[in-house]
Amino acid sequence: MQAVHNEAAAAAGGVGTVVPDEIMQKVAEHKGCGTSGGSGKASCGSSAGENDLPAEIWDKVKNHPCYSEEAHHHYARMHVAVAPACNIQCNYCNRKYDCANESRPGVVSEKLTPEQAAKKVLAVASTIPQMTVLGIAGPGDPLANPEKTFKTFELIAKTAPDIKLCVSTNGLSLPDHVDRLSQYNIDHVTITINMIDPEIGAKIYPWIYYNKKRYTGVEAAKILTDRQLQGLEMLTARGILSKINSVMIPGINDQHLVEVNRAVKFRGAFLHNIMPLISAPEHGTVFGLTGQRGPTAQELKALQDQCEEGQMNMMRHCRQCRADAVGLLGEDRSAEFTTEKIEAMEVTYDLETRKAYQAAVEQERQAVVAAKKEEMQSLAGAQSDIKMLIAVATKGGGKVNEHFGHATEFQIYELSTTGAKFVGHRRVDLYCQGGYGEEDALQTVIRAINDCHAVFVAKIGGCPKGDLKAAGIDPVDQYANEFIEQSAIAYFKDYLDKVTAGEIEHVERGDAQIRQGALIAA
Amino acid sequence: MAYKIVEENCTGCCACEPECPNQAISETKNGLFIIEPAKCTECLGHYDEPQCVAVCPIDLTCIIDDDYPRYEAA
Repeated sequence: MQAVHNEAAAAAGGVGTVVPDEIMQKVAEHKGCGTSGGSGKASCGSSAGENDLPAEIWDKVKNHPCYSEEAHHHYARMHVAVAPACNIQCNYCNRKYDCANESRPGVVSEKLTPEQAAKKVLAVASTIPQMTVLGIAGPGDPLANPEKTFKTFELIAKTAPDIKLCVSTNGLSLPDHVDRLSQYNIDHVTITINMIDPEIGAKIYPWIYYNKKRYTGVEAAKILTDRQLQGLEMLTARGILSKINSVMIPGINDQHLVEVNRAVKFRGAFLHNIMPLISAPEHGTVFGLTGQRGPTAQELKALQDQCEEGQMNMMRHCRQCRADAVGLLGEDRSAEFTTEKIEAMEVTYDLETRKAYQAAVEQERQAVVAAKKEEMQSLAGAQSDIKMLIAVATKGGGKVNEHFGHATEFQIYELSTTGAKFVGHRRVDLYCQGGYGEEDALQTVIRAINDCHAVFVAKIGGCPKGDLKAAGIDPVDQYANEFIEQSAIAYFKDYLDKVTAGEIEHVERGDAQIRQGALIAA
Repeated sequence: MAYKIVEENCTGCCACEPECPNQAISETKNGLFIIEPAKCTECLGHYDEPQCVAVCPIDLTCIIDDDYPRYEAA
């Protein structure tokens, strides 16, 4: 029956038809994002704060670590792996392996039934009160497993009504499920869209399974892109926020993603997340085996900047986490919550404690915003074209509070006279067993943040300090436990003053490497 | 007269189970999937291609079981 429905929808011209401008403009405005340029960026987005967004939108995204850059320092998410089946094959995905030390989408350690998933969510929510978001992201495609996905949402909505529900899909089945998504009060949907040109799609997707048939090549990619865009339009029309994920594959879709960006923005997408391809031979993916490389840090940032200039909000804090990840972005506590451990746990879901904790987080968050605002005044009137990147070691809370040697990732901020802007993160953790010895550890870190002028840390030893300086990166520990943006702006002000006084000469930095390895739980 | 699932290749993703028009596929105790040969019709009369083969993410995992003669529609 479903097959008939799909065909009927396609025949009715619902797929890939051009939507009149005024309708899309209206729905986009409803979602807080103007589709036309105008002055400044549309009033929504990953880095947008409370005052930049319509109240209803702000309310939806403010505690969502994947939709709000600001929120990701304070709020945690979890994924439950209830959806193992998939309906398409991607050249960057291999469903066969699960190395326990691996971290990439499509990989999980154990699959869960909806009942097990609901119990896990309660256990995690009781242990980690800042966990506000539950996502179903696979390891296959959630909408290729609709019964399991919706059953899970139903159970969680009953027992933990304060948790936001979201879903991440390849979009092939999305048009069939949009109505059900809105029934379950799911107001965040992520669609992975890597192309709108089927010729390019054929290089990314070897096949899709649609209407009881396996399609390959350009024909498969054509169906996929039509269904994705149709699904996005349907979400927009229903006021459901949508984020678009795109995998940047140099030489295949890198420049094309600018067109993708335009197409999804036009159809009302709220946020665009361009992620670097993860590709290594040991993953056993097609791209891994053919030696397809991922982008460098500079290539990724240049593309993100280019899309942002087109008035689209870019997400730059995505950690490309596993379909069973638990915790703040950048950490994975899933090993604490295996089915076995959960069975042994006494779980009491205390909504009041969660609320109290979240109120405290909210206070801390306001303090970060206030500190940033105050520091910005010191930059008022400063004139300079200098832009520079800094790397920050943080454990969360928006503070410089991690030791250099303990950092598993650095957050990257771009400093200019307009302030400190979060532009990404770099992982520096160990890959699998003993990926590198003590000797190279520092070199690995330097390669990862080589495009930065300084690294902000809570503490750093004498040896690495010297090596960083030799590499041209200023090790800064004077802002230990202070707010990141406030410190960064103060540092930048000081830097500009020194340049003006002729004490230092500003030089551009080189490129940096994006680590292909895995994020492992400590 | 049947397809079988190569155990070493099966990832237990369950994509095949709901697609089978004969309800011939079920989950084993260890989370993988098997085809009951007596129920399998190779999708003849239902679809142009065997559904388990079409949906399986791993090549050469749903294959013809040579222990049985090919299925012939009645």
